[in-house]
Amino acid sequence: MLQVAASKRYEGFTLQAQFDAPTPGVTALFGRSGSGKTTLINIISGLLPADAARVQLDDQVLTDTQAGIHEPPERRHIGYVFQEPRLFPHLTVSGNLNYGARRARQRPRVVAADEVIALLALAPLLQRRPHQLSGGERQRVSLGRALLAQPRLLLLDEPFASLDAARREELLPYLVALRDRVSIPMVYVSHQFDEVLRLATHVVLLEAGRVLAHGPINEMSLRAELQSIVGPEHVGAVVDGVVTRLDEADGTAELAVGTGTLQISLRAVPVGTRVRLQLLARDIILAVQPVQGLSVRNALASTVLAVDADGYGGILVRLDVGGATVLARITQAARRALHLRPGDAVWTLVKAASTRGHTYPLAPRS
Amino acid sequence: MIDSTGSAELDALRLSFEVALRSVAFSLPLAVLAAWLLTRARFPGRLLFDAFVHLPLVLPPVAVGYLLLVLFGTRGVLGGWLRDNLGIVLPFTTAGAALATAVVTFPLMVRAIRLSLENVDRGLEQAAHTLGAGALDRFVTVTLPLMLPGILAGAVTAFAAGLGEFGAVITFAANIPGVTRTLPLALYTAMQSPHGDALALRLALLSLGLALAGLLASELLVRRVRVLLGR
Repeated sequence: MLQVAASKRYEGFTLQAQFDAPTPGVTALFGRSGSGKTTLINIISGLLPADAARVQLDDQVLTDTQAGIHEPPERRHIGYVFQEPRLFPHLTVSGNLNYGARRARQRPRVVAADEVIALLALAPLLQRRPHQLSGGERQRVSLGRALLAQPRLLLLDEPFASLDAARREELLPYLVALRDRVSIPMVYVSHQFDEVLRLATHVVLLEAGRVLAHGPINEMSLRAELQSIVGPEHVGAVVDGVVTRLDEADGTAELAVGTGTLQISLRAVPVGTRVRLQLLARDIILAVQPVQGLSVRNALASTVLAVDADGYGGILVRLDVGGATVLARITQAARRALHLRPGDAVWTLVKAASTRGHTYPLAPRS
Repeated sequence: MIDSTGSAELDALRLSFEVALRSVAFSLPLAVLAAWLLTRARFPGRLLFDAFVHLPLVLPPVAVGYLLLVLFGTRGVLGGWLRDNLGIVLPFTTAGAALATAVVTFPLMVRAIRLSLENVDRGLEQAAHTLGAGALDRFVTVTLPLMLPGILAGAVTAFAAGLGEFGAVITFAANIPGVTRTLPLALYTAMQSPHGDALALRLALLSLGLALAGLLASELLVRRVRVLLGR
Protein backbone atom coordinates (compact mmCIF):
# COMPACT_ATOMS: atom_id res chain seq x y z
CA MET A 1 0.00 0.00 0.00
CA LEU A 2 1.08 3.54 -0.72
CA GLN A 3 0.22 5.89 2.11
CA VAL A 4 0.44 9.60 1.47
CA ALA A 5 -0.18 12.57 3.74
CA ALA A 6 1.17 15.91 2.59
CA SER A 7 0.73 19.61 3.03
CA LYS A 8 2.28 22.34 0.94
CA ARG A 9 1.49 26.02 0.85
CA TYR A 10 2.04 28.26 -2.15
CA GLU A 11 0.85 31.77 -2.64
CA GLY A 12 -2.88 31.43 -3.14
CA PHE A 13 -2.89 27.65 -2.96
CA THR A 14 -2.80 25.19 -0.11
CA LEU A 15 -2.46 21.47 -0.54
CA GLN A 16 -3.62 19.38 2.39
CA ALA A 17 -4.12 15.85 1.21
CA GLN A 18 -4.15 12.35 2.56
CA PHE A 19 -4.94 9.09 0.81
CA ASP A 20 -4.00 5.43 0.53
CA ALA A 21 -3.48 3.59 -2.73
CA PRO A 22 -3.40 -0.20 -3.06
CA THR A 23 -0.26 -1.89 -4.42
CA PRO A 24 -0.58 -3.44 -6.89
CA GLY A 25 -3.36 -1.41 -8.44
CA VAL A 26 -3.89 1.70 -10.52
CA THR A 27 -4.96 4.72 -8.53
CA ALA A 28 -6.17 7.81 -10.35
CA LEU A 29 -5.68 11.23 -8.85
CA PHE A 30 -8.71 12.87 -10.37
CA GLY A 31 -9.51 16.54 -10.30
CA ARG A 32 -9.63 19.69 -12.36
CA SER A 33 -6.44 21.52 -13.29
CA GLY A 34 -5.05 23.37 -10.31
CA SER A 35 -6.46 20.90 -7.81
CA GLY A 36 -2.99 19.84 -6.68
CA LYS A 37 -2.60 16.56 -8.54
CA THR A 38 0.85 17.24 -9.95
CA THR A 39 2.05 18.80 -6.69
CA LEU A 40 1.01 15.62 -4.93
CA ILE A 41 2.90 13.23 -7.21
CA ASN A 42 5.94 15.51 -7.17
CA ILE A 43 5.94 15.10 -3.40
CA ILE A 44 5.60 11.32 -3.77
CA SER A 45 8.52 11.25 -6.20
CA GLY A 46 10.65 13.31 -3.81
CA LEU A 47 11.27 16.00 -6.47
CA LEU A 48 9.28 18.56 -4.51
CA PRO A 49 9.87 19.05 -0.80
CA ALA A 50 6.63 19.40 1.14
CA ASP A 51 6.05 21.64 4.14
CA ALA A 52 4.99 18.54 6.03
CA ALA A 53 4.61 15.07 4.61
CA ARG A 54 4.68 11.38 5.23
CA VAL A 55 5.01 9.02 2.31
CA GLN A 56 5.22 5.31 2.85
CA LEU A 57 5.45 2.72 0.09
CA ASP A 58 4.70 -0.76 1.40
CA ASP A 59 7.07 -1.10 4.38
CA GLN A 60 9.47 1.69 3.48
CA VAL A 61 9.10 5.27 4.72
CA LEU A 62 10.25 7.54 1.88
CA THR A 63 9.40 10.89 3.42
CA ASP A 64 8.69 11.79 7.00
CA THR A 65 9.28 15.46 7.69
CA GLN A 66 8.70 14.94 11.40
CA ALA A 67 11.31 12.25 11.67
CA GLY A 68 13.62 14.11 9.27
CA ILE A 69 13.49 11.36 6.65
CA HIS A 70 13.79 12.33 3.01
CA GLU A 71 14.93 9.59 0.67
CA PRO A 72 16.38 11.36 -2.40
CA PRO A 73 14.49 10.77 -5.67
CA GLU A 74 17.34 8.78 -7.23
CA ARG A 75 17.06 6.20 -4.45
CA ARG A 76 13.25 5.96 -4.36
CA HIS A 77 12.97 3.83 -7.49
CA ILE A 78 9.74 5.53 -8.40
CA GLY A 79 9.22 5.86 -12.15
CA TYR A 80 7.81 9.14 -13.41
CA VAL A 81 6.19 9.74 -16.78
CA PHE A 82 5.80 13.49 -17.19
CA GLN A 83 3.24 15.41 -19.21
CA GLU A 84 5.90 16.09 -21.83
CA PRO A 85 8.08 13.12 -22.77
CA ARG A 86 11.31 14.75 -21.52
CA LEU A 87 13.51 12.49 -23.62
CA PHE A 88 17.24 13.22 -23.58
CA PRO A 89 17.86 14.89 -26.96
CA HIS A 90 21.53 13.91 -27.05
CA LEU A 91 20.77 10.19 -26.79
CA THR A 92 19.07 7.78 -29.18
CA VAL A 93 15.86 6.02 -28.18
CA SER A 94 17.97 3.08 -27.14
CA GLY A 95 20.22 5.38 -25.09
CA ASN A 96 17.18 6.87 -23.41
CA LEU A 97 15.80 3.44 -22.56
CA ASN A 98 19.16 2.36 -21.17
CA TYR A 99 19.58 5.45 -19.02
CA GLY A 100 17.43 4.18 -16.20
CA ALA A 101 18.05 0.52 -16.95
CA ARG A 102 21.82 0.89 -16.50
CA ARG A 103 21.33 2.50 -13.12
CA ALA A 104 18.96 -0.26 -12.02
CA ARG A 105 21.22 -3.28 -12.62
CA GLN A 106 21.37 -4.15 -8.94
CA ARG A 107 17.62 -3.91 -8.53
CA PRO A 108 15.16 -6.78 -8.51
CA ARG A 109 13.87 -7.26 -12.04
CA VAL A 110 10.24 -6.16 -12.37
CA VAL A 111 10.06 -6.19 -16.13
CA ALA A 112 12.37 -7.37 -18.92
CA ALA A 113 13.68 -5.06 -21.65
CA ASP A 114 12.39 -7.34 -24.43
CA GLU A 115 8.94 -7.31 -22.90
CA VAL A 116 8.79 -3.53 -22.63
CA ILE A 117 10.08 -3.08 -26.18
CA ALA A 118 7.50 -5.55 -27.49
CA LEU A 119 4.63 -4.18 -25.40
CA LEU A 120 5.25 -0.59 -26.47
CA ALA A 121 6.30 -1.49 -30.05
CA LEU A 122 9.61 0.31 -29.66
CA ALA A 123 11.80 -1.99 -31.78
CA PRO A 124 11.64 0.11 -34.98
CA LEU A 125 12.47 3.28 -33.05
CA LEU A 126 15.58 2.19 -31.16
CA GLN A 127 18.20 3.86 -33.35
CA ARG A 128 16.29 7.11 -33.83
CA ARG A 129 16.78 10.40 -32.08
CA PRO A 130 13.94 11.92 -30.03
CA HIS A 131 13.45 14.77 -32.52
CA GLN A 132 12.74 12.22 -35.24
CA LEU A 133 9.75 10.78 -33.36
CA SER A 134 6.09 11.72 -33.36
CA GLY A 135 4.44 12.92 -30.16
CA GLY A 136 2.87 9.55 -29.45
CA GLU A 137 6.12 7.70 -30.11
CA ARG A 138 7.99 10.00 -27.75
CA GLN A 139 5.55 9.35 -24.95
CA ARG A 140 5.85 5.59 -25.55
CA VAL A 141 9.63 5.83 -25.24
CA SER A 142 9.24 7.90 -22.09
CA LEU A 143 6.99 5.21 -20.66
CA GLY A 144 9.46 2.48 -21.61
CA ARG A 145 12.36 4.41 -20.13
CA ALA A 146 10.56 4.77 -16.80
CA LEU A 147 9.65 1.07 -16.75
CA LEU A 148 13.16 -0.16 -17.50
CA ALA A 149 14.43 1.61 -14.39
CA GLN A 150 12.59 -1.25 -12.63
CA PRO A 151 10.41 1.02 -10.51
CA ARG A 152 8.44 -0.07 -7.45
CA LEU A 153 5.80 2.48 -8.33
CA LEU A 154 5.02 4.33 -11.53
CA LEU A 155 3.73 7.90 -11.48
CA LEU A 156 2.00 9.18 -14.60
CA ASP A 157 1.20 12.86 -14.88
CA GLU A 158 -1.44 13.20 -17.60
CA PRO A 159 0.80 11.46 -20.12
CA PHE A 160 -1.65 12.27 -22.91
CA ALA A 161 -1.96 15.98 -22.15
CA SER A 162 0.33 17.01 -24.97
CA LEU A 163 -1.33 14.70 -27.52
CA ASP A 164 -4.42 15.16 -29.65
CA ALA A 165 -7.48 12.92 -29.23
CA ALA A 166 -6.44 10.50 -31.96
CA ARG A 167 -2.93 9.97 -30.51
CA ARG A 168 -4.51 9.52 -27.10
CA GLU A 169 -6.76 6.73 -28.38
CA GLU A 170 -3.66 5.19 -29.94
CA LEU A 171 -1.65 5.29 -26.74
CA LEU A 172 -4.32 4.27 -24.21
CA PRO A 173 -4.32 0.58 -25.23
CA TYR A 174 -0.56 0.45 -24.58
CA LEU A 175 -1.14 1.65 -21.06
CA VAL A 176 -3.99 -0.81 -20.56
CA ALA A 177 -1.77 -3.65 -21.80
CA LEU A 178 0.97 -2.50 -19.48
CA ARG A 179 -1.37 -2.44 -16.52
CA ASP A 180 -2.52 -5.99 -17.24
CA ARG A 181 0.88 -7.54 -17.97
CA VAL A 182 3.21 -5.78 -15.59
CA SER A 183 2.44 -5.73 -11.91
CA ILE A 184 3.85 -2.29 -11.12
CA PRO A 185 1.50 -0.19 -9.02
CA MET A 186 0.63 3.08 -10.69
CA VAL A 187 -0.60 6.48 -9.62
CA TYR A 188 -2.20 8.16 -12.55
CA VAL A 189 -3.03 11.86 -12.74
CA SER A 190 -5.93 12.79 -14.97
CA HIS A 191 -8.75 15.23 -15.44
CA GLN A 192 -10.57 13.04 -17.97
CA PHE A 193 -12.96 10.59 -16.37
CA ASP A 194 -13.08 8.27 -19.41
CA GLU A 195 -9.30 7.75 -19.04
CA VAL A 196 -9.76 7.02 -15.37
CA LEU A 197 -12.56 4.60 -16.18
CA ARG A 198 -10.38 2.68 -18.59
CA LEU A 199 -7.30 2.49 -16.41
CA ALA A 200 -7.90 2.91 -12.73
CA THR A 201 -9.01 0.53 -10.01
CA HIS A 202 -9.05 3.26 -7.38
CA VAL A 203 -9.79 6.96 -7.49
CA VAL A 204 -8.75 9.89 -5.32
CA LEU A 205 -11.06 12.87 -5.87
CA LEU A 206 -9.14 16.11 -5.47
CA GLU A 207 -10.45 19.63 -5.37
CA ALA A 208 -8.57 22.82 -4.50
CA GLY A 209 -5.77 20.92 -2.78
CA ARG A 210 -8.07 18.71 -0.71
CA VAL A 211 -9.08 15.09 -0.98
CA LEU A 212 -12.87 14.94 -1.29
CA ALA A 213 -13.02 11.16 -1.21
CA HIS A 214 -10.93 8.13 -2.13
CA GLY A 215 -11.70 4.48 -2.72
CA PRO A 216 -12.56 1.89 -5.39
CA ILE A 217 -13.77 3.43 -8.63
CA ASN A 218 -17.25 1.87 -8.36
CA GLU A 219 -17.80 3.52 -5.02
CA MET A 220 -16.35 6.84 -6.12
CA SER A 221 -18.64 6.96 -9.14
CA LEU A 222 -21.63 7.11 -6.78
CA ARG A 223 -20.27 9.96 -4.67
CA ALA A 224 -21.98 13.31 -4.94
CA GLU A 225 -18.49 14.95 -4.79
CA LEU A 226 -17.73 13.63 -8.26
CA GLN A 227 -20.40 15.92 -9.68
CA SER A 228 -18.53 19.01 -8.61
CA ILE A 229 -15.53 17.86 -10.67
CA VAL A 230 -17.12 16.38 -13.81
CA GLY A 231 -20.39 18.31 -13.77
CA PRO A 232 -23.90 16.86 -13.39
CA GLU A 233 -24.05 15.77 -17.03
CA HIS A 234 -21.19 13.32 -16.66
CA VAL A 235 -21.96 11.49 -13.43
CA GLY A 236 -22.95 7.87 -13.64
CA ALA A 237 -22.44 4.61 -11.83
CA VAL A 238 -19.48 2.49 -12.81
CA VAL A 239 -20.56 -1.15 -12.81
CA ASP A 240 -18.66 -4.36 -13.47
CA GLY A 241 -19.97 -7.37 -15.28
CA VAL A 242 -18.94 -10.60 -17.01
CA VAL A 243 -19.68 -11.27 -20.68
CA THR A 244 -22.10 -14.21 -20.85
CA ARG A 245 -23.20 -14.10 -24.47
CA LEU A 246 -21.91 -12.42 -27.58
CA ASP A 247 -23.75 -11.49 -30.75
CA GLU A 248 -21.06 -10.53 -33.23
CA ALA A 249 -23.57 -9.80 -36.01
CA ASP A 250 -25.43 -7.27 -33.86
CA GLY A 251 -22.31 -5.99 -32.13
CA THR A 252 -23.92 -6.52 -28.77
CA ALA A 253 -23.11 -8.58 -25.72
CA GLU A 254 -24.96 -9.71 -22.66
CA LEU A 255 -23.38 -9.05 -19.32
CA ALA A 256 -24.09 -10.55 -15.97
CA VAL A 257 -24.27 -7.53 -13.62
CA GLY A 258 -25.21 -8.40 -10.08
CA THR A 259 -28.07 -10.86 -10.43
CA GLY A 260 -29.38 -9.27 -13.60
CA THR A 261 -28.47 -9.24 -17.26
CA LEU A 262 -27.52 -6.15 -19.24
CA GLN A 263 -27.29 -5.91 -23.01
CA ILE A 264 -24.67 -3.45 -24.26
CA SER A 265 -22.82 -2.54 -27.44
CA LEU A 266 -19.59 -4.52 -27.39
CA ARG A 267 -17.50 -6.30 -29.98
CA ALA A 268 -14.60 -8.73 -30.13
CA VAL A 269 -14.48 -9.65 -26.47
CA PRO A 270 -14.59 -13.34 -25.57
CA VAL A 271 -17.25 -14.77 -23.28
CA GLY A 272 -16.07 -14.72 -19.67
CA THR A 273 -14.23 -11.37 -19.95
CA ARG A 274 -14.72 -9.01 -17.07
CA VAL A 275 -16.01 -5.72 -18.35
CA ARG A 276 -16.38 -2.36 -16.65
CA LEU A 277 -18.78 0.25 -17.89
CA GLN A 278 -20.29 3.52 -16.87
CA LEU A 279 -24.05 4.07 -17.00
CA LEU A 280 -24.43 7.83 -17.28
CA ALA A 281 -27.18 8.99 -14.95
CA ARG A 282 -28.66 11.27 -17.61
CA ASP A 283 -29.11 8.29 -19.99
CA ILE A 284 -31.16 6.19 -17.53
CA ILE A 285 -34.94 6.13 -17.81
CA LEU A 286 -37.19 5.09 -14.93
CA ALA A 287 -40.64 3.52 -15.26
CA VAL A 288 -43.04 2.65 -12.48
CA GLN A 289 -44.69 -0.09 -14.56
CA PRO A 290 -43.50 -2.49 -17.29
CA VAL A 291 -43.28 -0.75 -20.65
CA GLN A 292 -43.72 -2.13 -24.14
CA GLY A 293 -42.94 -1.03 -27.65
CA LEU A 294 -39.76 0.85 -26.86
CA SER A 295 -36.38 0.50 -28.53
CA VAL A 296 -34.70 0.28 -25.13
CA ARG A 297 -33.03 -3.14 -24.78
CA ASN A 298 -32.79 -3.30 -21.02
CA ALA A 299 -35.64 -3.05 -18.54
CA LEU A 300 -34.30 -4.06 -15.15
CA ALA A 301 -36.34 -4.60 -12.01
CA SER A 302 -34.92 -2.29 -9.36
CA THR A 303 -35.54 -0.73 -5.99
CA VAL A 304 -35.20 2.97 -5.22
CA LEU A 305 -32.56 3.51 -2.53
CA ALA A 306 -32.58 7.29 -2.31
CA VAL A 307 -34.01 10.33 -4.05
CA ASP A 308 -32.03 13.55 -3.65
CA ALA A 309 -31.75 16.96 -5.22
CA ASP A 310 -28.42 16.96 -7.08
CA GLY A 311 -27.69 20.61 -6.37
CA TYR A 312 -27.87 21.50 -10.05
CA GLY A 313 -31.66 21.72 -10.37
CA GLY A 314 -32.19 18.03 -11.05
CA ILE A 315 -32.93 14.91 -9.03
CA LEU A 316 -30.47 12.07 -8.57
CA VAL A 317 -32.10 8.70 -7.90
CA ARG A 318 -29.99 5.95 -6.43
CA LEU A 319 -31.19 2.48 -7.40
CA ASP A 320 -30.45 -1.08 -6.45
CA VAL A 321 -30.40 -3.12 -9.66
CA GLY A 322 -29.92 -6.75 -8.75
CA GLY A 323 -27.18 -5.92 -6.26
CA ALA A 324 -25.46 -3.25 -8.35
CA THR A 325 -26.00 0.42 -7.55
CA VAL A 326 -27.01 2.66 -10.44
CA LEU A 327 -27.69 6.41 -10.58
CA ALA A 328 -30.46 8.02 -12.61
CA ARG A 329 -30.86 11.73 -13.18
CA ILE A 330 -34.45 12.90 -13.66
CA THR A 331 -36.19 16.26 -13.58
CA GLN A 332 -38.17 17.53 -10.60
CA ALA A 333 -41.33 17.28 -12.70
CA ALA A 334 -40.64 13.60 -13.38
CA ARG A 335 -40.12 12.98 -9.71
CA ARG A 336 -43.47 14.58 -8.88
CA ALA A 337 -45.26 12.65 -11.60
CA LEU A 338 -43.82 9.29 -10.50
CA HIS A 339 -44.03 9.96 -6.72
CA LEU A 340 -40.65 8.29 -6.28
CA ARG A 341 -39.72 7.31 -2.71
CA PRO A 342 -37.03 5.07 -1.24
CA GLY A 343 -38.20 1.45 -1.25
CA ASP A 344 -40.32 1.84 -4.40
CA ALA A 345 -40.03 -0.85 -7.05
CA VAL A 346 -39.24 0.62 -10.48
CA TRP A 347 -37.99 -0.48 -13.88
CA THR A 348 -34.61 0.87 -14.86
CA LEU A 349 -34.33 1.32 -18.61
CA VAL A 350 -30.85 1.31 -20.16
CA LYS A 351 -30.20 1.83 -23.86
CA ALA A 352 -27.69 -0.73 -25.11
CA ALA A 353 -26.28 1.90 -27.47
CA SER A 354 -25.55 4.43 -24.72
CA THR A 355 -23.10 2.25 -22.81
CA ARG A 356 -19.58 1.45 -23.65
CA GLY A 357 -17.66 -1.32 -21.98
CA HIS A 358 -14.01 -1.41 -21.12
CA THR A 359 -12.13 -4.55 -20.38
CA TYR A 360 -11.76 -4.82 -16.68
CA PRO A 361 -8.48 -4.51 -14.83
CA LEU A 362 -7.11 -7.82 -13.60
CA ALA A 363 -7.08 -6.72 -10.00
CA PRO A 364 -10.23 -7.97 -8.31
CA ARG A 365 -12.39 -5.61 -6.31
CA SER A 366 -10.67 -5.05 -2.99
CA MET B 1 65.30 30.56 -26.52
CA ILE B 2 65.70 32.77 -29.55
CA ASP B 3 64.99 30.70 -32.61
CA SER B 4 67.27 32.05 -35.30
CA THR B 5 66.32 29.55 -38.02
CA GLY B 6 62.51 29.98 -38.17
CA SER B 7 60.95 33.04 -39.64
CA ALA B 8 59.47 35.66 -37.33
CA GLU B 9 55.96 34.94 -38.62
CA LEU B 10 56.11 31.20 -37.92
CA ASP B 11 57.59 31.80 -34.49
CA ALA B 12 54.87 34.25 -33.58
CA LEU B 13 52.16 32.02 -35.03
CA ARG B 14 53.36 28.92 -33.17
CA LEU B 15 53.63 30.88 -29.95
CA SER B 16 50.20 32.45 -30.34
CA PHE B 17 48.69 28.99 -30.81
CA GLU B 18 50.52 27.65 -27.79
CA VAL B 19 49.51 30.54 -25.57
CA ALA B 20 45.86 30.48 -26.70
CA LEU B 21 45.64 26.70 -26.33
CA ARG B 22 47.14 26.65 -22.85
CA SER B 23 44.92 29.54 -21.86
CA VAL B 24 41.76 27.74 -23.01
CA ALA B 25 42.79 24.44 -21.43
CA PHE B 26 43.41 26.21 -18.13
CA SER B 27 40.29 28.36 -18.04
CA LEU B 28 37.66 26.01 -19.52
CA PRO B 29 36.94 23.95 -16.37
CA LEU B 30 36.97 27.11 -14.27
CA ALA B 31 34.62 28.85 -16.70
CA VAL B 32 32.17 25.92 -16.52
CA LEU B 33 32.33 26.09 -12.73
CA ALA B 34 31.84 29.88 -12.71
CA ALA B 35 28.92 29.61 -15.15
CA TRP B 36 27.33 26.95 -12.98
CA LEU B 37 27.78 29.05 -9.83
CA LEU B 38 26.30 32.12 -11.52
CA THR B 39 23.32 30.25 -12.98
CA ARG B 40 22.42 27.62 -10.42
CA ALA B 41 23.97 28.39 -7.05
CA ARG B 42 22.50 30.73 -4.47
CA PHE B 43 25.13 32.19 -2.20
CA PRO B 44 25.81 35.54 -0.55
CA GLY B 45 27.95 37.80 -2.69
CA ARG B 46 26.79 36.24 -5.95
CA LEU B 47 26.32 39.67 -7.50
CA LEU B 48 29.84 40.70 -6.52
CA PHE B 49 31.20 37.44 -7.93
CA ASP B 50 29.33 38.10 -11.18
CA ALA B 51 30.92 41.56 -11.43
CA PHE B 52 34.35 40.14 -10.60
CA VAL B 53 34.10 37.52 -13.36
CA HIS B 54 33.20 40.21 -15.89
CA LEU B 55 35.84 42.67 -14.69
CA PRO B 56 38.50 41.81 -17.33
CA LEU B 57 35.96 42.67 -20.02
CA VAL B 58 35.87 46.31 -18.97
CA LEU B 59 39.27 46.76 -17.32
CA PRO B 60 42.12 47.98 -19.60
CA PRO B 61 44.17 44.85 -20.46
CA VAL B 62 47.30 46.73 -19.40
CA ALA B 63 45.76 47.13 -15.93
CA VAL B 64 45.01 43.40 -15.85
CA GLY B 65 48.64 42.70 -16.76
CA TYR B 66 49.87 45.07 -14.09
CA LEU B 67 47.63 43.55 -11.40
CA LEU B 68 48.84 40.09 -12.39
CA LEU B 69 52.38 41.32 -12.01
CA VAL B 70 51.57 42.59 -8.52
CA LEU B 71 49.98 39.24 -7.58
CA PHE B 72 52.22 36.77 -9.43
CA GLY B 73 55.47 38.70 -9.63
CA THR B 74 58.33 36.91 -7.87
CA ARG B 75 57.87 39.33 -4.98
CA GLY B 76 54.06 39.22 -5.22
CA VAL B 77 51.88 37.45 -2.67
CA LEU B 78 51.08 34.44 -4.84
CA GLY B 79 54.13 34.61 -7.08
CA GLY B 80 56.56 34.17 -4.22
CA TRP B 81 54.65 31.23 -2.82
CA LEU B 82 54.42 29.55 -6.23
CA ARG B 83 58.17 29.93 -6.83
CA ASP B 84 59.20 28.78 -3.35
CA ASN B 85 56.84 25.81 -3.08
CA LEU B 86 56.12 24.63 -6.61
CA GLY B 87 59.01 26.15 -8.53
CA ILE B 88 56.60 27.90 -10.88
CA VAL B 89 57.64 31.26 -12.28
CA LEU B 90 55.02 33.08 -14.35
CA PRO B 91 56.19 36.59 -15.27
CA PHE B 92 58.14 36.79 -18.56
CA THR B 93 57.34 33.16 -19.47
CA THR B 94 55.06 31.48 -22.01
CA ALA B 95 52.98 30.12 -19.14
CA GLY B 96 52.62 33.68 -17.86
CA ALA B 97 51.47 34.86 -21.28
CA ALA B 98 48.88 32.06 -21.23
CA LEU B 99 47.70 33.10 -17.75
CA ALA B 100 47.31 36.73 -18.81
CA THR B 101 45.39 35.62 -21.91
CA ALA B 102 43.19 33.30 -19.83
CA VAL B 103 42.23 36.09 -17.45
CA VAL B 104 41.31 38.49 -20.23
CA THR B 105 39.29 35.95 -22.27
CA PHE B 106 37.62 34.38 -19.22
CA PRO B 107 34.45 36.55 -19.28
CA LEU B 108 33.86 35.73 -22.97
CA MET B 109 33.97 32.06 -22.18
CA VAL B 110 31.77 32.29 -19.09
CA ARG B 111 29.13 34.27 -20.96
CA ALA B 112 28.79 31.69 -23.73
CA ILE B 113 28.71 28.76 -21.30
CA ARG B 114 26.29 30.48 -18.98
CA LEU B 115 23.89 31.16 -21.81
CA SER B 116 23.85 27.49 -22.77
CA LEU B 117 23.37 26.40 -19.17
CA GLU B 118 20.40 28.72 -18.80
CA ASN B 119 18.86 27.00 -21.82
CA VAL B 120 19.21 23.52 -20.38
CA ASP B 121 15.73 22.17 -19.63
CA ARG B 122 15.56 21.47 -15.91
CA GLY B 123 12.81 18.97 -16.69
CA LEU B 124 15.39 16.70 -18.31
CA GLU B 125 17.50 16.80 -15.16
CA GLN B 126 14.40 15.96 -13.13
CA ALA B 127 13.74 13.00 -15.43
CA ALA B 128 17.32 11.80 -14.89
CA HIS B 129 16.82 12.25 -11.17
CA THR B 130 13.80 9.92 -11.13
CA LEU B 131 15.75 7.44 -13.27
CA GLY B 132 18.28 6.98 -10.50
CA ALA B 133 20.96 9.57 -11.31
CA GLY B 134 22.54 11.46 -8.41
CA ALA B 135 23.69 15.10 -8.64
CA LEU B 136 27.14 14.55 -10.20
CA ASP B 137 25.80 11.78 -12.45
CA ARG B 138 23.05 14.10 -13.73
CA PHE B 139 25.50 16.91 -14.37
CA VAL B 140 27.91 14.72 -16.33
CA THR B 141 25.36 12.70 -18.31
CA VAL B 142 22.64 15.28 -18.96
CA THR B 143 23.58 18.88 -18.14
CA LEU B 144 27.10 18.88 -19.58
CA PRO B 145 26.19 17.28 -22.94
CA LEU B 146 23.33 19.75 -23.35
CA MET B 147 25.71 22.64 -22.60
CA LEU B 148 28.14 21.43 -25.24
CA PRO B 149 27.21 24.01 -27.92
CA GLY B 150 27.90 26.81 -25.45
CA ILE B 151 31.09 25.23 -24.16
CA LEU B 152 32.43 24.79 -27.69
CA ALA B 153 31.41 28.28 -28.72
CA GLY B 154 33.01 29.71 -25.59
CA ALA B 155 36.22 27.74 -26.08
CA VAL B 156 36.63 28.63 -29.75
CA THR B 157 35.81 32.30 -29.22
CA ALA B 158 38.22 32.49 -26.29
CA PHE B 159 40.86 30.69 -28.36
CA ALA B 160 40.44 33.08 -31.30
CA ALA B 161 40.51 36.10 -29.01
CA GLY B 162 43.47 34.63 -27.12
CA LEU B 163 45.56 34.44 -30.30
CA GLY B 164 45.54 38.23 -30.36
CA GLU B 165 45.71 39.34 -26.75
CA PHE B 166 48.20 42.22 -26.52
CA GLY B 167 47.99 44.48 -23.50
CA ALA B 168 47.88 41.96 -20.69
CA VAL B 169 50.54 39.77 -22.29
CA ILE B 170 53.08 42.52 -22.95
CA THR B 171 52.60 43.97 -19.47
CA PHE B 172 52.79 40.70 -17.52
CA ALA B 173 55.01 38.55 -19.75
CA ALA B 174 56.91 41.19 -21.74
CA ASN B 175 57.90 40.91 -25.41
CA ILE B 176 60.51 38.17 -25.59
CA PRO B 177 61.08 36.61 -29.04
CA GLY B 178 60.22 32.91 -29.03
CA VAL B 179 58.93 33.06 -25.45
CA THR B 180 56.16 35.62 -25.22
CA ARG B 181 56.29 37.42 -28.58
CA THR B 182 52.91 36.31 -29.94
CA LEU B 183 51.36 37.55 -33.21
CA PRO B 184 50.16 40.96 -31.97
CA LEU B 185 53.43 41.54 -30.14
CA ALA B 186 55.43 40.63 -33.23
CA LEU B 187 53.23 42.95 -35.27
CA TYR B 188 53.79 45.77 -32.79
CA THR B 189 57.55 45.12 -32.84
CA ALA B 190 57.65 45.10 -36.63
CA MET B 191 55.81 48.42 -36.71
CA GLN B 192 58.39 49.92 -34.37
CA SER B 193 61.39 48.80 -36.44
CA PRO B 194 62.56 50.96 -39.40
CA HIS B 195 62.26 48.26 -42.14
CA GLY B 196 59.42 46.23 -40.68
CA ASP B 197 56.53 47.45 -42.85
CA ALA B 198 56.32 44.36 -45.04
CA LEU B 199 56.54 42.03 -42.04
CA ALA B 200 53.89 44.07 -40.20
CA LEU B 201 51.51 43.75 -43.13
CA ARG B 202 52.07 40.00 -43.40
CA LEU B 203 51.45 39.61 -39.66
CA ALA B 204 48.31 41.75 -39.81
CA LEU B 205 46.89 39.68 -42.68
CA LEU B 206 47.76 36.50 -40.82
CA SER B 207 45.87 37.76 -37.77
CA LEU B 208 42.90 38.65 -39.90
CA GLY B 209 42.80 35.19 -41.50
CA LEU B 210 43.10 33.45 -38.16
CA ALA B 211 40.36 35.49 -36.55
CA LEU B 212 38.03 34.80 -39.46
CA ALA B 213 38.81 31.08 -39.45
CA GLY B 214 38.24 30.96 -35.70
CA LEU B 215 34.84 32.57 -35.87
CA LEU B 216 33.74 30.38 -38.79
CA ALA B 217 34.96 27.24 -37.06
CA SER B 218 33.03 28.19 -33.94
CA GLU B 219 29.81 28.75 -35.88
CA LEU B 220 30.14 25.48 -37.84
CA LEU B 221 30.97 23.48 -34.73
CA VAL B 222 27.99 24.84 -32.83
CA ARG B 223 25.65 24.08 -35.74
CA ARG B 224 26.97 20.55 -35.97
CA VAL B 225 26.41 19.92 -32.28
CA ARG B 226 22.94 21.47 -32.38
CA VAL B 227 21.98 19.03 -35.12
CA LEU B 228 23.28 16.21 -32.96
CA LEU B 229 21.15 17.47 -30.12
CA GLY B 230 18.17 17.67 -32.40
CA ARG B 231 17.51 21.40 -32.23
